[in-house]
Amino acid sequence: MQCDRRLNEQMASRFFRLIAFLIAFAVQPAYAQMGDVAAMVDALGQGGFPDREKAIAALVATGDLRVPPILEALSDGTLYVRKSDSKVILSVKSGGDFALTDPLDGSSMGSLPSAEIEKIKVNNGLRTKIRTAIGTMTLLSPDRDIRMSAAESILKNADPSMLELLDKALAAETDPQIKTTMELARAVIVLKTDAPIDAKRAAVDTIVSHGNRAAQTVLVNTLPSAPEDLKPLIQSGISSIGNSLALWDVVQNLLYGLSLSSVLLLAAIGLAITFGVMGVINMAHGEMVMLGAYTTYVVQNVMQQLAPGLMEYSLVFAVPAAFLFTGLVGVGIERSVIRWLYGRPLETLLATWGISLILQQAVRSVFGPTNKLVTPPAWMSGTFDVGNISFTWNRLWIIVFAIAVFAALQIILKRTSLGLQMRAVTANRRMASSMGIRTPFVDAMTFGLGSGIAGMAGVALSQIDNVSPNLGQGYIIDSFMVVVFGGVGNLWGTLVGAVTLGVANKFLEPYAGAVLAKIAILVLIILFIQRRPRGLFALKGRAIEA
Amino acid sequence: MRGSFSSVAKFLSAGAIAAGISLASPANAEDTIKVGVLHSLSGTMAISETTLKDTTLFLIDEQNKKGGLLGKKLEAVVVDPASDWPLFAEKARELIAVDKVAVVFGCWTSSSRKSVLPVFKELNSILFYPVQYEGEESEKNVIYTGAAPNQQAIPAVDYLMSEEGGSVKRWVLEATDYVYPRTTNKILEQYLKDKGVAAEDIKINYTPFGFSDWQTEVAAIKEFGSAGKKTAVVSTINGDANVPFYKELGNQGIKAEDIPVVAFSVGEEELAGFDTTPLVGHLAAWNYFQSVDTPANAAFIKSWHEYIKNDKRTTNDPMEAAYLGFNLWVQAVEKAGTTDTDAVLKAIIGLSVPNLTGGTATVLPNHHLTKPVLIGEIQADGQFEIVSQTEPVPGDAWSDVLPEDKGIEADWTDPMTGCGHYDTATKTCGAAPAP
Repeated sequence: MQCDRRLNEQMASRFFRLIAFLIAFAVQPAYAQMGDVAAMVDALGQGGFPDREKAIAALVATGDLRVPPILEALSDGTLYVRKSDSKVILSVKSGGDFALTDPLDGSSMGSLPSAEIEKIKVNNGLRTKIRTAIGTMTLLSPDRDIRMSAAESILKNADPSMLELLDKALAAETDPQIKTTMELARAVIVLKTDAPIDAKRAAVDTIVSHGNRAAQTVLVNTLPSAPEDLKPLIQSGISSIGNSLALWDVVQNLLYGLSLSSVLLLAAIGLAITFGVMGVINMAHGEMVMLGAYTTYVVQNVMQQLAPGLMEYSLVFAVPAAFLFTGLVGVGIERSVIRWLYGRPLETLLATWGISLILQQAVRSVFGPTNKLVTPPAWMSGTFDVGNISFTWNRLWIIVFAIAVFAALQIILKRTSLGLQMRAVTANRRMASSMGIRTPFVDAMTFGLGSGIAGMAGVALSQIDNVSPNLGQGYIIDSFMVVVFGGVGNLWGTLVGAVTLGVANKFLEPYAGAVLAKIAILVLIILFIQRRPRGLFALKGRAIEA
Repeated sequence: MRGSFSSVAKFLSAGAIAAGISLASPANAEDTIKVGVLHSLSGTMAISETTLKDTTLFLIDEQNKKGGLLGKKLEAVVVDPASDWPLFAEKARELIAVDKVAVVFGCWTSSSRKSVLPVFKELNSILFYPVQYEGEESEKNVIYTGAAPNQQAIPAVDYLMSEEGGSVKRWVLEATDYVYPRTTNKILEQYLKDKGVAAEDIKINYTPFGFSDWQTEVAAIKEFGSAGKKTAVVSTINGDANVPFYKELGNQGIKAEDIPVVAFSVGEEELAGFDTTPLVGHLAAWNYFQSVDTPANAAFIKSWHEYIKNDKRTTNDPMEAAYLGFNLWVQAVEKAGTTDTDAVLKAIIGLSVPNLTGGTATVLPNHHLTKPVLIGEIQADGQFEIVSQTEPVPGDAWSDVLPEDKGIEADWTDPMTGCGHYDTATKTCGAAPAP
């Protein structure tokens, strides 16, 4: 339901842009006769994929500026055929029916139920053709973004017939980024033509100077058909790009490693409190993460109803909500079950295990067994480029979030009176008690804090993993691994443990594959624990029982 | 086909909450025919199997509205094997020996099917197995109503190789590490090589169950796809790991026009968990899609929505397989005039029911069905748009592609003397080699 609405909004906004575009061009003198183009548009709805391809080519040949938005609508799946008269129309779902508009002049044509219209099918092949067609038609568009994507699609296709058009566009282009893309596209095209050797030499230089993977691909592809004189130049270009790419690979592994570390840290840090600080073997930790993810889902649904305008920032509200909710659940579990079991690790393990199953099945009964949709906000979608590698925004935000949570936790433990009491109780319960600290209250608060942090991790994980009742199970083993490896009872150890395991994993993965990498990490941890049973940063002192 | 994260966790969970729910009413047992439903309602596989339990109950309900079978009402006996493979065998035994069911509809993963096989053989009962699987099996007591590899994987690869599918020359086989993807990839790799694809143009990568950090893998796909040849990904990634995989694909901007991903385990239900706008055009191969435009399918969806009282519930391929299996069993019982196992198994060979997608599903002597293969592209609303549909393809238990299966046939025309692994070269009925 949520998905539908989002989709409709998107389609509607595209649709309005389209109409604006149509109106803008309606006042210009039409290129072709209205009737011709209308007939050509109607031809889009007839026959199979090959016929549609021909219809698109015919439309592109008109050069009519009303064509690109129609093709875009076709690619987006908003172009339909009216069954009664096989006229091609733009349709957007509104309520139960579809609102119809004329694709050429944007005039409204009433609405029809979905049974009366049929969507025009496109497949990947057609979408590629459409993209190229739009590229050729919009290379001189006044809009920067449209020009950019036009240049990119020409680069992808690199058809020699575009050379003339590209030269014209290059002469008029002022934006440096688009210009670089166009120059690269031009160089690629030049290599395909029978231009003089010097022009080709310059083209190879242009491509090599780009130094990215796409450039290397172009060179590899042209190598077999290149003239003999050019081959050494291309060879050296390929290897020089290869060298720089190898360097970038290391940076990429490091970045991915840090990103995995942040996820591990988030998942483990709550456990570092409940298991590390309190010593409770908390098998229900993963379910706290899962509850946090479901809280995000609920918060998003509530906000959709109450304040749809704030949906972009729903995660900002979900974080405290998840903290409070899972924190409360944690306090409830501690008060009702765990407090009777202090000092009995095996019973605690079984009891918390039972709790984890109860929570899983409860969520499954309430929300159903299928995955729930958590909508990613726009500021967390997509990628950005660092040199030659691309990194996704959501991963970056999760790294930032993990650091923030870690810092906040350190402050709570080191700078607040609750933190002081927590440390006192864990160091020596009876001494703390005789100093007047209400140890049961502190126990409940500590467990609540650990659970609350797990809940906040759930908000972050809902962005990259499935929101399903099984979400927590995937993280429980990794979390224990990080805490044990880092050293029980030490938050810095957890941080170092998470970073070490994450980065090591991501450096191993490209060479050994994901399965072997995981096995290798486990073996390394076993060997390490043999040498240092208390982990990286073991707590020292009398407080630690043998 | 799909397995799940096997751990101490699952083992304990099964013991803890696997209370069988029996819907058996105290009515006179003579008046009803009991039908066993063996699907996980808790644990990791509940996400997929709960729907199949609902489907079977829905089909039984429909049949009872039509007056039941052989003048008796059908009565469902539902048990919960809790995603635990050994428990599947126990629950199967309970259904057949204690509840005396005439037939069992159930299982999802190959592991669960392998677990119950000895029970069905020993007690001589019938299992209808509704999920696509890796093939390499044909048993007297099992009717496989899902797709064999030649009814899903190979037609999908053929489509991508065709001009319409983009003339793909370079292949990434991305998979979860267990029996279904391993076997499917073995068949696919051989098939691609037979088609002249060079070894360096095939990249096979396995990841563990529930894998969630796909950055490196997706970046590797991007790199592999930048070699200048048209590249496609064939995904046999298991259920839970799919969402993070597709999220990463979308975020890293791998568009279907550049590197299409065709999946064999992703259906309408899996796509419900995320926004599919960045994934438009990626593909799936099944024998059924909810979006199939036939009167039979429209009627099926309508009555399903009425039964489940929720018009947002999706339908999927295993549901159609369950539907076919149930109707075939009903027909076979009517033809045999009894629910006796051997009589029904003898009667069922050659029976046909209409597919929801058009054409008919016929039970072959090897206990597999004929089914059309559909290729669908993911749409922004989480549904699939069909871009290719074949004529019904007969299911092949022993793949013709693998050298060790050449000349192996299965024939259960006579259930008493039939053979599931008959070597036409040596004219002997041997046991299948261990996988």
